[in-house]
Amino acid sequence: MSLPQPEQLLEEMASQLQSQYMQNNEDILMVGIHSGGAWVAQELHKRLKLKSELGFLDISFYRDDFTQKGLNPQVKGSQLTNIENKTIFLVDDVIMSGRTIRAAMNELFDYGRPNKIVLACLLDTGKRELPIQADVVGEVMNLKAHERIKLSGPSPLVLSLASLSTEGQEA
Amino acid sequence: MSPIDASSIQLNEEGRLKHFLTTEGLSREILTEILDTANSFISTQERSVKTVPLLRGKTVVNLFFENSTRTRSTFELAAKRLSANILNLDIARSATSKGETLMDTLWNLESMYSDMFVVRHADSGAAHFIAQHITPNVAVINAGDGRHAHPTQAMLDMLTIRREKGAFENLTVAIVGDILHSRVARSQIYALKTLGATDIRVIGPNTLIPKDIESLGVRAFNNMQQGLKGADVVIMLRLQKERMETALLPSESEYYRLFGLSTDKLAYANSDAIVMHPGPINRGVEIESAVADGAQSVILKQVSNGIPMRMAVMAMAMSGQTTTRQEEV
Repeated sequence: MSLPQPEQLLEEMASQLQSQYMQNNEDILMVGIHSGGAWVAQELHKRLKLKSELGFLDISFYRDDFTQKGLNPQVKGSQLTNIENKTIFLVDDVIMSGRTIRAAMNELFDYGRPNKIVLACLLDTGKRELPIQADVVGEVMNLKAHERIKLSGPSPLVLSLASLSTEGQEA
Repeated sequence: MSPIDASSIQLNEEGRLKHFLTTEGLSREILTEILDTANSFISTQERSVKTVPLLRGKTVVNLFFENSTRTRSTFELAAKRLSANILNLDIARSATSKGETLMDTLWNLESMYSDMFVVRHADSGAAHFIAQHITPNVAVINAGDGRHAHPTQAMLDMLTIRREKGAFENLTVAIVGDILHSRVARSQIYALKTLGATDIRVIGPNTLIPKDIESLGVRAFNNMQQGLKGADVVIMLRLQKERMETALLPSESEYYRLFGLSTDKLAYANSDAIVMHPGPINRGVEIESAVADGAQSVILKQVSNGIPMRMAVMAMAMSGQTTTRQEEV
């Protein structure tokens, strides 16, 4: 399977965000989910020339599988300014089960009450386990059951395909 | 030095923390992971909503056979900020005083489906004993046992040192006071050694320094001027008044004259040295007010760091109780 170039996906995402969500002079704050989402957010933040500081979310303390899998030892910590009444551009690399986004939204609300959350993801690989959809997507890909997409970065951003039978990974 | 070997039962079969009983025998990787995790909890403590949902639905029992308001409160706050339910048991005033044995108390608490015990006890090895006899999947955290260990205090001190001074290598750390009876000092020495501090010193009168202390790789001093020279970190220990009654010390004023941390004596240490104290402090007994409240003092930062440190240890021990750890989603 040929994988898309992140550069092209970023352009596509930036133009969608620009045309659909930035027309009304809203107070926008972009927030990337560690690690892959943070890299994507950094690129989008640059392309959209956002003035507000880029925020980061580490959802380790909000995962719903903590009791099965334990704590992620590489917690990076969240860095967020005031989100009260802001329009949040929440950014992740790959949306799959939807559980990461659920955790991220739970965490966001512990920082305050945003006016609106717009979800932007580089790739949507289907396999949803929760009723959560992205508003802006670089590309939709259908993966086989054992396949996972991984983003490495931050520069360059490269997408790669992994097989669960040989290498477990998180999404 | 310590006859209690807890290193084997603190870790699960994958080498992850499942009880936290002592800093002795834990690897540098584990201690660093504890510090990193605590560090990331600090950011959650600065938000308007300070709780995270990690231990939602879990029951933590504060089992204090010995009084300690500060330690108990910080464990209680830490548990609450992890969204756990917490039960405070003042055992000193309840069941055991009615003749119930420790094991009977434990079995009763287990029957209430507790997930974690935070234990403070006057006897060395109490938390270790409980961890050995507890039902599987219940985590035990040592909140101080006799003269043996006080690992969460030691680790919050390590967190404070790391945040103030950066790396542990090349740090000169002086611990001053009653080393003989101090579980805090013992836990600090093990942690400092493992984390890479090369120059660790203890300072105090000979009657309060264990004879075999140098076997731990620390240097002993009976003189503040010599012991504090070049120190980057000065840790003062509380002088327990009961030591005076047992004739280990001549008098409070004599002790203060020789070993109390006054502005004058602090000047022997490096000019950017930090001053620490596990609390509660006795002003004018082991530390001068001007030093305790001075610019070099990080005593209140230690208190703040106590909460994220205890959150980290509780979260890690709880997650270490789960038997299999899978990497896939």
